[in-house]
Amino acid sequence: MSRAPATVLRGQGPAVAAVAAGGVLGALARAGVGLLVPVPPGGFPWGTLGINVLGSLLMGVLVVVVTEVRTAHPLVRPFLGTGVLGGFTTFSTFAVDAQTLLGGGHRATAFAYLAATIVGAVGACALAMAVTRRVAGVRQ
Amino acid sequence: MTVLLIALGAAVGAPTRYLTDRWLQSTRGTGFPWGTFTVNVAASFVLGLVLGGPAPHAVVLAVGVGFCGSLSTWSTLAYETVRLTHERARTASVMNVVASTLAGLGAAGLGLALSTVLWR
Repeated sequence: MSRAPATVLRGQGPAVAAVAAGGVLGALARAGVGLLVPVPPGGFPWGTLGINVLGSLLMGVLVVVVTEVRTAHPLVRPFLGTGVLGGFTTFSTFAVDAQTLLGGGHRATAFAYLAATIVGAVGACALAMAVTRRVAGVRQ
Repeated sequence: MTVLLIALGAAVGAPTRYLTDRWLQSTRGTGFPWGTFTVNVAASFVLGLVLGGPAPHAVVLAVGVGFCGSLSTWSTLAYETVRLTHERARTASVMNVVASTLAGLGAAGLGLALSTVLWR
């Protein structure tokens, strides 16, 4: 069933504000890490890898806590998940950095970075969800 | 000034991701996570455009770091990939992360290539 964009917007004011506020905090934290862990040309993007793995881990914890462990305020997930963690982690820098490494002839570094991010982020999220369920005593 | 420019871009990018995801879920259903896929590929293209040439520093901060960084996301991509495996949609799960990565790399490459024309 197709809906017009206007229908999707209806009643979304508070959620949009929560996502925007969280997104600003997440993005500034990401920029801060970028200043602390600069990447030399052709180097391995450790900062972005760490951000994406940590953010995915925290997302795993958050989703289980707000959907399975307890009932959270409806704006908690938009603010913390979509906003803060969504703004903190980034896919565009991952793609451009990997593409730049490939284009610059740093193939081994590029493939290592791609694999480390995919396995690290998905693995961290899965592990965090499993551990959070276990700690909280949630039956699967 | 740096903080303000990044914040400005992020204040636009994150809600754009949220609303795009809601809109695509309402039009395409909740099976395959098209929303995250779409924003990630689009942001990779725009970031390529911004970083491929001598763009003004303010544009790099607001559009590159702020907007593209917050429009795209890894945490939701990771979560949706795990969720698909829990739903026993293993093929869709692998497809999600592989297609996102390949399309993202392609979009970034295209943006980088076009940026040499844009910022000339």
